[in-house]
Amino acid sequence: MSGITLSGVTKRFGDTIAVDDVSLTVDDHELLVLLGPSGCGKSTLLRMIAGLEEMTAGEIRIGDRVVNDVEPKDRDLAMVFQSYALYPHMTVRANIEFPLRSRKVPKDQRALQVAEAAEMLDLTDYLDRKPSQLSGGQRQRVALARAVVRRPAAFLMDEPLSNLDAKLRAATRIELVELQRRLEATIVYVTHDQVEAMTMGHRVAILDRGVLQQLGSPQEVYDRPANLFVARFIGTPPMNTVRGRLETAGGTPVVRIGADGVELPGAAAAAAAADGLLEIVLGVRPEHVEIVTDGTPGALTATVEVVEHLGHEQHVVGRLGDGQLVTVRQGSHLPAPPAKSSVRLAVRVEHAHCFDPETGARLG
Amino acid sequence: MSAQRSARRRAKDALLGYALVLPSLVVFGVFVFYPFVKNFSLALHRTPPFPGLPKKYVGLDQVKDVLSSSEFHKSLRITIEFVMLTVPVGIVLGLLLAVLAHKQLRGMGIYRTIFSSTVATSVAAASVIFWTLFNPQIGLVTYWMGRSGDLGVLEDPKTALIAVAVTTVWQNIGLSFILMSAGLQGVPDDLYEAAAVDGADGARRFWHVTLPMLSPTLFFSAVVGSIMAFQAFGQIDILTRGGPDDATNVLVYSIYEDVFRAGNDGVAAVKAIALFVIVLILTIVQLRVAERRVSYAR
Amino acid sequence: MRLAGRYLLLSVLALIVLFPIYITVVNSLLRPDQIASRPPGLFPTDPQWGAYKEAWEGGHIGRYMLNSAIVTTGIMVGQVLLAILAAYAFAFLEFPGRGFLFVVFLTTMMIPFEVVFFTNYQTIADLGLLNTYGGLILPFLATGFGAFLLRQAFLTVPGELRDAAALDGYGHWRFLWRVAVPLARPTVAALSVFAFLSAWGQYLWPLIVTDDDRARTVQVGLAQLRREALNDINVTFAGVVLASIPLVILLLAFQRQLVRGLTAGAVKG
Repeated sequence: MSGITLSGVTKRFGDTIAVDDVSLTVDDHELLVLLGPSGCGKSTLLRMIAGLEEMTAGEIRIGDRVVNDVEPKDRDLAMVFQSYALYPHMTVRANIEFPLRSRKVPKDQRALQVAEAAEMLDLTDYLDRKPSQLSGGQRQRVALARAVVRRPAAFLMDEPLSNLDAKLRAATRIELVELQRRLEATIVYVTHDQVEAMTMGHRVAILDRGVLQQLGSPQEVYDRPANLFVARFIGTPPMNTVRGRLETAGGTPVVRIGADGVELPGAAAAAAAADGLLEIVLGVRPEHVEIVTDGTPGALTATVEVVEHLGHEQHVVGRLGDGQLVTVRQGSHLPAPPAKSSVRLAVRVEHAHCFDPETGARLG
Repeated sequence: MSAQRSARRRAKDALLGYALVLPSLVVFGVFVFYPFVKNFSLALHRTPPFPGLPKKYVGLDQVKDVLSSSEFHKSLRITIEFVMLTVPVGIVLGLLLAVLAHKQLRGMGIYRTIFSSTVATSVAAASVIFWTLFNPQIGLVTYWMGRSGDLGVLEDPKTALIAVAVTTVWQNIGLSFILMSAGLQGVPDDLYEAAAVDGADGARRFWHVTLPMLSPTLFFSAVVGSIMAFQAFGQIDILTRGGPDDATNVLVYSIYEDVFRAGNDGVAAVKAIALFVIVLILTIVQLRVAERRVSYAR
Repeated sequence: MRLAGRYLLLSVLALIVLFPIYITVVNSLLRPDQIASRPPGLFPTDPQWGAYKEAWEGGHIGRYMLNSAIVTTGIMVGQVLLAILAAYAFAFLEFPGRGFLFVVFLTTMMIPFEVVFFTNYQTIADLGLLNTYGGLILPFLATGFGAFLLRQAFLTVPGELRDAAALDGYGHWRFLWRVAVPLARPTVAALSVFAFLSAWGQYLWPLIVTDDDRARTVQVGLAQLRREALNDINVTFAGVVLASIPLVILLLAFQRQLVRGLTAGAVKG
């Protein structure tokens, strides 16, 4: 009922395309995250949904209604801004009440809704303060209360946590998820932080240079990245992507990297063969690479560059014979190889991904 | 939002923009730009010797006549003298008071209020006060100078302009003090501390830290003060009416007399344009210097 | 010792600055013969308050102060209002010619009133507005300086506030009065105080557009009192004191805004 549907939404600033033909649907009661690096067009997309930015082409529906020609105030959306955009000269109460006043909500009703929103966000004790007398986290909650109080069809949130310190951010993430569940709210949530995207989003839409790269659940985009951009953007440390020649050894397809060869997953091999590719990019997450003993077949030889100890785990960065880097993520109970030593790295092929080196598209 | 819709909204915004600017523009049009442009037309036409006759187009003749007249030269000279008598003294006095009252000491608030107090007077009030002080019969200044009963300072061509200048300086002390104090507050404390650590005493600190840091304020006050002094009128009208013997007949007062005594707005317009040019030059000088300072700061 | 020296110097200077004001108050409380007596009396041993009544009624200072209050308020409110409107347009609205119009506003600051006053006199006379409040107020309703100052203040209002207000259902007009103006309140206050001070002290313009009591302001009234009341010079002093009261109140009540207004106002010259 209150879902949001974008069809072919495009925004051009002069010659540059900020948002390129994006189509997606935000389901009712869904928290959809728009994720991407800065400048990827996610904020512009959000502002177009809000009606603050004009579209060059496309259509936006909220519920059953096409809102292309609808003023921002009539779209029944509430927005939470990165800076919170609180009115500094008004008390917390007046801030929360502000959207209701313009809508001519009767006074008693206003007071009731403000009290309810304040209660929900634990602001009851602060209603008579000015924003300048609040902490960052409290201001952030006022911004949320101001959005919640209107009971809008959907919420738009533009990096709402990025002005908080790391500890508070983690706590607020959980509160936001809880709030979304309680209100059964439809939320479009913009962030550049993949941790927020993975932990909060029901689905994640990843954008790069204005183009929608992939739309799926956090697990889907992690397990089956649609292309090299998504593969490298999601996950810390990032996925290893190694380029190699496609060969056939004894009837099985192999990726030849330097002197070593890694067996290919069948589906990927078939897709590569169908496209007539000579080279592919093999993608393996660091947790899917192991240091193995000499002589293990199908392993890669690398020289250890550096070992990063993180306490609960360690990252071993190795350089392959042809100069490409591979990171191994392993438990801290395992012995760390000395720097400059030579190691053998085994790839868990069932977790490997293959990409077209030219288009970046996933194979298989 | 569709392109069509947003075009409509943009048009609406633009319309609102014009509507908001319009009231000011009308006032400016009628009371700033129209009379300003009219000056040029007036300057090219000679006012007839008898009212009722048509004005005569004389090209630049009138402009040349006025600009080369000894009356205009004298008026301009007096105006510049007036500027030189009021502006530097005003700045030095304001600076002196501001430096003395700058330190955080007990009771400074009272001194600051006293030194700012003359902004609560007007040119007319100050002029009336000083007119009585300079009065030959009842004036205390004349009494203390031992000149009671003599020719009053305002009636003496040698002293009249000085008396007008004294009045003006006194009336402007408050403003000058406020400006200089604001300038002093802009000098960072750590500069003084650094100077103190370097062993600079009070006088050295003043010359080597305060004054250079204050130079923008000083320059700015000098230009603005000069512009204000070029526009002086009220104190002249109340104290001397331009006399004695035109000794205080500054530019604006002579324009006023041309129009409202002699009914000659052609001559007045030429002088008004001259006044405009002077103020314009001062403004440009100030903008230039301010610009250069900005680029230094980078 | 040096501290004592500083206080001594400060006190002497304070006495000099204050003396004209002091003597004005004292003389307003003396009889004319006491004022003229030598050596002069510097302290009112037997204060006479009659001069104030005489100035207020006989000297029409009461009427003139009412006129001044009306005219000054009119100019102040008009200037601030028009400046707010124009500044909002320059800061928040986009329209063709905006940059050019802004320069036009700035240009007005370079044309002193003393350059245009006689033609303005003719305009006001042609409009039949001599000796009216309208004639005293109209030429000063707009201020390029005020519009400039307020535009600067409006530009510091974050764009996200405008966006938030748009979503909250507030159009430009309501955003202007409910958000932009309250946020620019220090500038509005400074501008108001500055406008009041300048308008109250005006002399040249009221002198030429009034020739009777109907709209004559107190500054012109003081000059007239001085001319007419030479035999009762104490009345003139009382008039000066009365005419200064509003500004003294302004100075005491709004010192901070006044300082802000004057330091910013000096930019205009």
